[in-house]
Amino acid sequence: MSTAHVLLGLLARGPRHGYDLKREHDERLPQAKPLAYGQVYSTLGRLERDGFVEQSGQDQESGPERTSYTLTELGRDRLDAWLDEVEPPAPHVTSALFNKVVVALLAADADRARLYLTAQRSAHMTRMRELTVSKTTPGTTVGDVIAADYAIGHLDADLRWLQTTLARVADLQKEVSS
Amino acid sequence: MSAPLLTATGVHKNYGNTPALRGVDFSISAGEIVAVTGPSGCGKSTLLHCLAGILPTDAGEVRYRDQDIGLWSEAARSRLRRADFGVLFQFGQLVPELTAAENVALPLLLAGSGRREAREAALGWLDKFGVADLADKRPAAMSGGQQQRCAVARALVTEPQVVFADEPTGALDQLNGEQVLGAMVQVVREQGTAVVLVTHEAAIAAYADREIVLRDGAIDPSGLGVAP
Ligand SMILES: Nc1ncnc2c1ncn2[C@@H]1O[C@H](COP(=O)(O)OP(=O)(O)OP(=O)(O)O)[C@@H](O)[C@H]1O
Ligand SMILES: [Mg+2]
Repeated sequence: MSTAHVLLGLLARGPRHGYDLKREHDERLPQAKPLAYGQVYSTLGRLERDGFVEQSGQDQESGPERTSYTLTELGRDRLDAWLDEVEPPAPHVTSALFNKVVVALLAADADRARLYLTAQRSAHMTRMRELTVSKTTPGTTVGDVIAADYAIGHLDADLRWLQTTLARVADLQKEVSS
Repeated sequence: MSAPLLTATGVHKNYGNTPALRGVDFSISAGEIVAVTGPSGCGKSTLLHCLAGILPTDAGEVRYRDQDIGLWSEAARSRLRRADFGVLFQFGQLVPELTAAENVALPLLLAGSGRREAREAALGWLDKFGVADLADKRPAAMSGGQQQRCAVARALVTEPQVVFADEPTGALDQLNGEQVLGAMVQVVREQGTAVVLVTHEAAIAAYADREIVLRDGAIDPSGLGVAP
């Protein structure tokens, strides 16, 4: 996922200044890190160089923040291609959770791994409860609900993994220490 | 936190020679939602039935508003369940001969409400759970999820002090489960109803204020529900 594609998507709704793009990005994707202006302008610069956007006007006062940008035909094709593209469903087993269990067994023993798993479960449950409260609070926007759903689904997957891993710690230890 | 509404101390329950509960302590305060989780067969349903006074305990006590309900007659316990408790069973919820509206109205009729008044209230509750259009259908003509929605309505219709819910979303897909639970949590929060919520799913347990985990009939302090 890249900021460039999100900017192309926002420009598909009509010409925008860099300032508008930053504001809309932060508003539509509240879970993402807010964009820095520098990043907006450097991204627009690259998109312009590659022919995906073009400058479509200057306001009275000059300066980069007064320039408005328009999506080109090429840019629209790029955006469509990105929307069509399926993200790789590869599981991300690069997680610190996984690493900690293995390292706990290497550096200490099964009890150390269990201690960690127990604490992690409790932290995950607490976060999941917070997210559930926030998404069930009356007046929550649909955007916030689906963002919470996304986080809850991932925490839920971790929790299932924590549970089954706990049951397998003893076997894993045999394997690690052999 | 206020004094607990319902407490259990050292509850034991055996089925023949099978110990299902081995000294469980539990407490819930007014308006609190407590999840009871743990792997299949760990004793969740058994605990729920003991807390609701449906199953007698073999040892230990269950106190409601500081009275030992194990000492009460079955008739008194049954009155308590009708007046103060709402129960959602894991299996076999509705009376098959009655329509959805009649099923939901039943607890009100048993509590002495008039027919018309009970039906009005039942229709309102069916509407809250999105099944108002099924009011005159019998359970056999409804999907499992629709029956579940009626059962939730029936458990809440008397505005009980405590609702005992055993896998209330077990028969539902994720979105439907969420809608039913979301509606239920909203209602109980408004009414200050306490809920004992039995589930084996973390995402459902996350609707509760806190969670206890059972393993082999006892509370698992590690919260993991798995044998070390
Ligand atoms: N009527 C019964 N007669 C004999 N044994 C029973 C009976 N009901 C339950 N048990 C046993 O008691 C234990 C606890 O059962 P219980 O139904 O409370 O589990 P549970 O945690 O609700 O499981 P699940 O998640 O599968 O619903 C299990 O070992 C079960 O086999
Ligand atoms: Mg059960």
